[in-house]
Amino acid sequence: MAAPSKRSSRPTPVRKAVRSLTWLGVIIVALFGINAAGVIWGGGSWTPKLALDLEGGTQIILAPQLADGESVSQEQLDQAVSIIRQRVDASGVSEADITTQGGQNVVVAIPGELDEQTRNRIESSAKLELRPVLLADAAANQSIDPSESPEPTDGAEEELSTTPSVEPTDASDPNWVTPALQDEFDTFDCATIDESGANVAPSDEPLVTCDSTRTIKYLLGPVEVSGEDIVDATNGMVQTQTGATTGQWAVNIVFNDRGTAAFSEVSQRLFALNGQTPRDQFAFVLDGAVLSAPQMNGVITDGRPQVTGNFTQESSKALADQLKFGALPISFEVQSSDTISATLGTSQLQSGLIAGIIGLILVVIYTLFQYRALGTVTIASLIIAGVITYLMITILGWYQGYRLSLAGIAGLIVAIGFTADSFIVYFERVRDELRDGRPLVGAVEAGWKRALRTVLSSKSMNLLAAVVLYILAVGSVRGFAFTLGLTTIIDVIVVILFTHPMLQLLAQTRFFSSGHSWSGLDPQALGAVYRGRAEFRKPVAVPAKKAASSSREAQKRQTIAERKAAQADATVGAGESKES
Amino acid sequence: MANRLTTFGNDLYTGKRSFNFVGGRKKWYTIAAVLIILSVLVPVVRGFNFGIEFRGGSQFQIAGVANATEQPAIDAVAEVVPGAVARVTIVGEDGVRVQTDQLEQAESRELTTVLADAYGVPESEVTSSFIGASWGADITRQALLGLLAFLLLAAVIMALYFRTWKMSLAAILSLLGDLIVTAGLYAAVGFEVTPAAVIGILTILSYSLYDTVVVFDKIRENTSEDGQESRRTFAESVNLAVNQTLVRSINTSVVAALPVAAILFIGAGVLGADTLRDISLALLIGILVGTWSTVFIAAPLYSQLREGESAIKRHDQKVLKERERAGGSSAEALPVA
Repeated sequence: MAAPSKRSSRPTPVRKAVRSLTWLGVIIVALFGINAAGVIWGGGSWTPKLALDLEGGTQIILAPQLADGESVSQEQLDQAVSIIRQRVDASGVSEADITTQGGQNVVVAIPGELDEQTRNRIESSAKLELRPVLLADAAANQSIDPSESPEPTDGAEEELSTTPSVEPTDASDPNWVTPALQDEFDTFDCATIDESGANVAPSDEPLVTCDSTRTIKYLLGPVEVSGEDIVDATNGMVQTQTGATTGQWAVNIVFNDRGTAAFSEVSQRLFALNGQTPRDQFAFVLDGAVLSAPQMNGVITDGRPQVTGNFTQESSKALADQLKFGALPISFEVQSSDTISATLGTSQLQSGLIAGIIGLILVVIYTLFQYRALGTVTIASLIIAGVITYLMITILGWYQGYRLSLAGIAGLIVAIGFTADSFIVYFERVRDELRDGRPLVGAVEAGWKRALRTVLSSKSMNLLAAVVLYILAVGSVRGFAFTLGLTTIIDVIVVILFTHPMLQLLAQTRFFSSGHSWSGLDPQALGAVYRGRAEFRKPVAVPAKKAASSSREAQKRQTIAERKAAQADATVGAGESKES
Repeated sequence: MANRLTTFGNDLYTGKRSFNFVGGRKKWYTIAAVLIILSVLVPVVRGFNFGIEFRGGSQFQIAGVANATEQPAIDAVAEVVPGAVARVTIVGEDGVRVQTDQLEQAESRELTTVLADAYGVPESEVTSSFIGASWGADITRQALLGLLAFLLLAAVIMALYFRTWKMSLAAILSLLGDLIVTAGLYAAVGFEVTPAAVIGILTILSYSLYDTVVVFDKIRENTSEDGQESRRTFAESVNLAVNQTLVRSINTSVVAALPVAAILFIGAGVLGADTLRDISLALLIGILVGTWSTVFIAAPLYSQLREGESAIKRHDQKVLKERERAGGSSAEALPVA
């Protein structure tokens, strides 16, 4: 396109246009810069991050199992996420992406296939149990080489009895320890606990496991009290009877009635065993790992035990949190589990891109057909919008971990049409002004004023829909809402900083201002009302059917236009008080 | 044709040619009512074809199959889980999709292996997913919540922007109609109702309201700028505005529908691209219905809501009287209610 001819007498629209275009350039360069910085220093990339459905991988969505009227708090969710993250990390999976969604679901996304152990680990819900300690030992077993341990264990187990020879009378009864369990305990190696997945057992059977730091291994009796019976757990300083603090940190637990009764019984039994360490200990077991195994120092019948040990403020707080949240009766169930092969992901991505390109070509053809040379402005605007969108998505992928999903791509393709509509609204307004007989430069300015208002108000509806859906929706709806919202904002930026300035500049060129028949802004073709001024009182020839009402319509219309035209003649070029 | 549409646009703009959208409203209302009733009846009679996300179950997709037939999959399922019902679909040229009831982990793994064997592809080409029955319902519940929140907010914002709640009401009513008709037509086509379809229908919210706001903005301009001096009745002002934006409405719906149609046709033949297909079908229907309803329902409805106002009534009567006095052609104005 030709540039404005005379620099010296640059009219204001042109100066404004140049300023807008400069801003647009600055924005695009800045986005490039941010992305480049991300690539160089922060592990960014020039391509968008893809979601699992396009890249291949496994996604598990966990939903809380809630009774009617119950709800989850963000705090509980965060706790769940951190517990699940620990589980996934423990299994050595890297790049797991664990997020919450819709204020209630936990989404675990893992690239590649998921092995059985990790899957079980993730899907098991946080479970807190109190079990009495039967045996305890240092974790590292000198006599057994860890790499060999599975073989002898398996071989030995078949011969050893797995049922107690004497029926155990209570959970602390050493009769629980069968020869098979004893052997399992002896050969148990805390270092392999994650791989073997051994640390699970039904609640009415003994459990062999380690503490969470994997330094001590335990053989524990059946579950005495379950975590659901813990009402509250707090940390605080131990206080003497006179109320003075001892400076020692402790965790205070409050049981409900059932827990109180059960714990009172346990405490009596364990206190009676005082001295027979480790059988006077009870263990808090969270997801199969012993959090803490304190000794019973007294009979506690009020359901408010205090756990002391070598706690710091932090460690006591951590244990209290784990007891409290681990104790919540909220367990997660797997709502969906999706494995997408890399091939399938690629084919989905391809089909999305092909659909996008075809859609784009169709839009280009139609706009050129409808708006002739003006259509190139639409196409250029779409390209600019495309570039900004691409950069934003790669930057967000790096900065926010945003991943483009198939639904997101659908959002982008749909956005092509929505974006192009801003230009259509604008062009039609300019054409309306031309029909009213304005010269092109004035028509562009006047049409813009009206179009901008319409574009802003209608786009705000789109944005509102996107924001509401993004906040409230779950799953793929979110990805879609996000791209829709993003493209809406970019669309408005482009129409203000690119489409309008371009039109301002083009209005200065002879090709457009002379109303070349291929410009798409030909006042003759648009039937500028000037032409019809002399005819306004004549009956207009229209199809017979509509004759009556249409001619009336036309008459009225032209009467007004004529009045306006006269007005416009009087104040040439200054026309500001315009009606459509 | 471009020329013809441009000329057509000129005629509409000047009023030389005019479609009586507002006056013929009884006709349009009837059509809309019939459509809405049908849209409610179709799902009642035929039932929605709910996707696996709503039914719950296990799904396997096998890609890159040389000879895509249904039988190997049916045999494989019968072998691993005797008695289970398998829904086998051939997708595209080389894809097979198998849906079964919910399977145990072990069964699911075994079936993956057997399916890979049966179709002679490596196991990595078989994807499996398991979907709890509550998943789809969950997405939909959240979506409905979003829908309600959006409708409320949008109604308030539009009422503030246009400074009349009647525009808000007209827009929201026609939007609700769009949603019902889109859902009904979707059911009539017989595609599975998946979360993707729900997304598509939600997008209609955005599009339909967007389209209505563009047209209403023109109505606002016309009716407020014409003011008391106008020689048009209120209904005529509204009708003119709709006619003046008609070319835009046509262009917009075509431009919005083209990419969506492209997704629909591409997505239909590709394995796993159900998301694309379902979204685009819902959208394509919605875009067409949304554009139609803006012009034929929302605008006439708004006009009807306002015509009862005493100021507007007085103005309309004045206009009609003047017109009669001027003795133009037989006093035939747009029929008012």
